[in-house]
Parts: sequence; structure tokens; C-alpha cells
Amino acid sequence: MKLVTAVIKPHQLDAVKEALHAMGVSGMTVSEVQGYGRQKGHTEVYRGAEYTVEFLPKIRIDVLIDELDVDKVVEAVVSASRTGKIGDGKVWVTSVDEVVRVRTGERGLDAL
Amino acid sequence: MLLAEDVAPAVDTGHTAWLLVSSALVLLMTPGLAFFYGGLNRSKSVLNMMMMSFSSIGLISILWLLYGWAGAFGKDRPLNDSTAGFIGDFTDGAGNSYLGTHSFPGLFGYPNAFPVANATIPTYVILIFQMMFAIITVALISGGIADRAKFIGWLIFAAAWFTLAYIPIAHMVWGGGYLGATVGELDFAGGSAVHINAGAAALALAIVLGRRLGWPQASFKPHNVPFVALGAGLLWFGWFGFNAGSEQTVDGTTAVAFVNTQVATAAALLGWIIVEWIKGGKPTLVGASSGAVAGLVAITPACAFIEPWSAALLGVVAGALCCLAVGLKYLFRVDDSLDVFGIHFVGGWIGCLWIGFFATGRAGWVFQPNEGGFGKEGLFYGGGGDQLVAQLQGAAIVSVWSFAVALAVGYLLRFVGLFKVEDEHQDELDHHLHKESAYESFTPTTSSAAGAHAGV
Repeated sequence: MKLVTAVIKPHQLDAVKEALHAMGVSGMTVSEVQGYGRQKGHTEVYRGAEYTVEFLPKIRIDVLIDELDVDKVVEAVVSASRTGKIGDGKVWVTSVDEVVRVRTGERGLDAL
Repeated sequence: MLLAEDVAPAVDTGHTAWLLVSSALVLLMTPGLAFFYGGLNRSKSVLNMMMMSFSSIGLISILWLLYGWAGAFGKDRPLNDSTAGFIGDFTDGAGNSYLGTHSFPGLFGYPNAFPVANATIPTYVILIFQMMFAIITVALISGGIADRAKFIGWLIFAAAWFTLAYIPIAHMVWGGGYLGATVGELDFAGGSAVHINAGAAALALAIVLGRRLGWPQASFKPHNVPFVALGAGLLWFGWFGFNAGSEQTVDGTTAVAFVNTQVATAAALLGWIIVEWIKGGKPTLVGASSGAVAGLVAITPACAFIEPWSAALLGVVAGALCCLAVGLKYLFRVDDSLDVFGIHFVGGWIGCLWIGFFATGRAGWVFQPNEGGFGKEGLFYGGGGDQLVAQLQGAAIVSVWSFAVALAVGYLLRFVGLFKVEDEHQDELDHHLHKESAYESFTPTTSSAAGAHAGV
């Protein structure tokens, strides 16, 4: 099993969600996060005083999937969240040892 | 035959109703100010910032009832008294001492109330209207001392400054005292008595309390810009009572003051964001809100004395200049946190001096003292420089008086350890001073349920 994690621009969330839904991914966890990469932050000016906002709002999506689906899931997330401009985010994949569905106690692929 | 003066005056329902409504409008400005200041402040100390405004409503209302009204608007003292011109006589005008523990024997026509329009408005209504002015003037000062004043120090300062600066200055400007009656300064709704007054005090306290930790390198960006706009909107709404209400009656001057308040504020909003744009930035909502407040401040002293086109010009000038003036604190390294100096002091000065140039009887006000009017027309309307000189004197005396009182009271309080918050508590001010917090964090709170009633 794999955990696919994507940090994307907030307004791309709907597109990514639709793409995952269309390919049969049955659930996901979404959180509001802040951060920056090569994009760095930006500056804001209030009453003439310039402040650097280093951490920009981003959306983090976590999806647990069967490792056989990894390539197409990653491809779906990347293509759905790409705008071509700096700050589009990152997608990474980690291995997962065990998954348990809390309600039934099912384990492994049955719990996805 | 029954003479007119034998007939007891009756309440003029129109005038009285307008002044009652205006009183409520002016009260609303202080909660509005709390949102304006609260939004501009950082989230960790927003409650303390708003609390300084709200506590001013509580404290100053009572002090005004007890002795503020009698001191500010009591009859001026006889000329051989050393305090003549500076403080009222603390009587009800009929020789009875009045310290808030008496009712007025005669309901009508407080002898020195400004303006002496007629005796058909109950004195209590004028008392409550003027009470709201005292409240917001004190609250305005708090913008200069964000994040670093002990609450007990603030309360003591508020009471002391109200007593030693606001009461005598209100008396001098409006109560038949030195500036209004002798110097001849014109200040319709408080450009000097409210805004220069509060701005000078805020600057003094910013010096007394020093800078916030990390200022100006750290980030002090406003934590809630919609709050700032909400506060500015409430201030704008309430300001119609402040300015047009200051006529106290309903007549042509009320109408001019109302119109001038709107057009000056609108123009100042534009003036501020245009300067932001020209300086290479973007027009901001904080800028539009600040510009509106700057315009409201500047039109306050002048609203009854100038023509509407002149009010609009005043607004755009005040909006633009105040936008530049808020940068001065970085030059002088004084942490006037929310720009009370840059907006209220500077805006108040601009409005007060504007009268010296642009005051005109064409707006409806009756000038010329020897013809039963008050004040002189401005330099650009053939009145010569007399009024400008009077305006300069008035604004300067208020500036110095208020600054000196605030500096003295402030240093005294700091010296005895009651005013400045220790550095280690500045980062958790709301919790330290008030044991409450504005916003829920993500930390689960259910575990505290068991102790919820512990303090009750």
C-alpha cells in the first residue's frame, strides 16, 4: 500500500478531487497548510510598512491506495493540479505498512 | 399681558430627538473604533486592544456624570479667578454645586452649553451627547500603545488624562473658556478638542512606553482586515452624529455639516489610495479605511464653516497627507502602533488650519462677532488672517497641553511600575492581562470541561 501526498495550490483542489474520484479513489484527507518552495513568499504593504509573508496557503491531500495504482494516481494528481506557474506544489509517495478500518477492524487492502 | 420670558420653555421635539439620536450614533463610534484598532492589531493581543476602548465607555461615562460635565461645561469662572478660562465652576449654572449627585433643578438651557442655540433642549440631552465625545477621545489614545500597557495602568491613565487634559480643553474650546471665547478658535465638532488632543497624548504614551518587542523589524501586519473596514464603517456612520449633531439643533448648518462629512470622507478615501498607488503599491482596503478615518478627522472642526466643494478638497488633501504622515514614525523611531499621531493629530491640524483659509458665511454659519455671530471668515474669503492665527493658537495650545499631561502622567505610572508590561508577557498579552483569548486554536478543548466551573 502507498500513501500519496500532494501539496497543491488551494484553487486546484476541486480539479484534483474530481480526477481522483473519476478513477475510483474512494476517500482522501484534505488539510489547509502553509509553506513555500522555490516560489518563496510574497510581500504585503499595510500603511506603507512592507511585510514579508513567507508561508503561503496551500492544500495538502493524503490518499491511501493500492500500490498497483501508484503511477496513474500520481499522474492524475499532477496533471489536475498543474497550472505551469511557479508554486504548483509537489507530490510524493511513501510506503505504508498497515491500514485498519476503525469501524470493522478490516486490515490491509480491504481497509482502503 | 404675559411676557415671553415668563413662559416656561417647552421641549422642541425635533431638536431634542435629533440630539438623542446623535448621542447614540456617537456612542457607536467607540465599539467601531475597537474593531478598527482590533483588526489592525495582531491576533494575540486583539482583546486587550478592544478592551481599552470598551473600558473607556465604562469609566468615562461615570466620571463624566460625576464631575466631567460640570467641569467642562460649567459656567466659566470670574475673570479675577486664576482658573478663569480653563475650567468650569462645577455648578448647575444656577449657583448650586453639581457633582453628579444632584438633579438639575431647571431642565432647560444650560447657560454655557455650546452653541447657545435656544433653551428648548433638556440639559440632560446635551450632557449625554457630550459624554460620548469624552469617551471616544480617551479610547482613541489606546491606538498608540498596542501590546505593552498594563490594564490597570491604562485605567488610571484614562481617568487622570480625562481629568487633567480633556475636561479643561473641552471647557477652553467649547465651554465658554479661553480658546473659544478669548482666542476665538473655531472647532465645530472636535478637531482640536478630540483629535489633536488624543493624537498628542498617544504620541506621548508611545514615547513613555517605548517600542513593542521587535518593532519595527518583526511583522506587525493587521490580523483582520475585514474588522478594520467594519470599524471604519461604524465610525463613518456614527460620525454623522458627531459632526451634524454638534449643531445640537436641526437647521441649515446641520445639513451643511452632514453633507461636508460625507464628501470630505469620500474624497479622503480616494486621496489615500491614490497616494498608495502612486508610491508604487496597490490600493488597499486598510488604506481606504484609514483614508476615510483621516477625512472624518479633518472635516470635524470645519464641517459647519466651509462649502461642500471645499470640504471635498480638504478630504483629498487630508487623505493624501495622512497617508504620508503614517510613515513619520519610522523616521523618528517612535512606535505609535496604530498611527493615532499620523491620522488624528495630523488630520486634526489640517482641518483646524483649513478653517483659517476657507471658512465662509456662504456655508450658512453667521460670522462677525459684532453682528451676533462668532469667528471670522478665512483668508481666502476676505476675512484676513485673524481666524488663521486663532486656529494656530488653538491647535498649538491643545497639542502642548495634552502632550505634557500625558507625558507626566505616563512617566509617573511607569516609574511606579503600573504601566509597562514586562517583556516576557508581551507575547501572550490577552492571556496575561485578561485570561481570555480571541480565537480557538486547533488544540482540542474538551479536556478542560472538568475545570470549567472551577472559577465560579
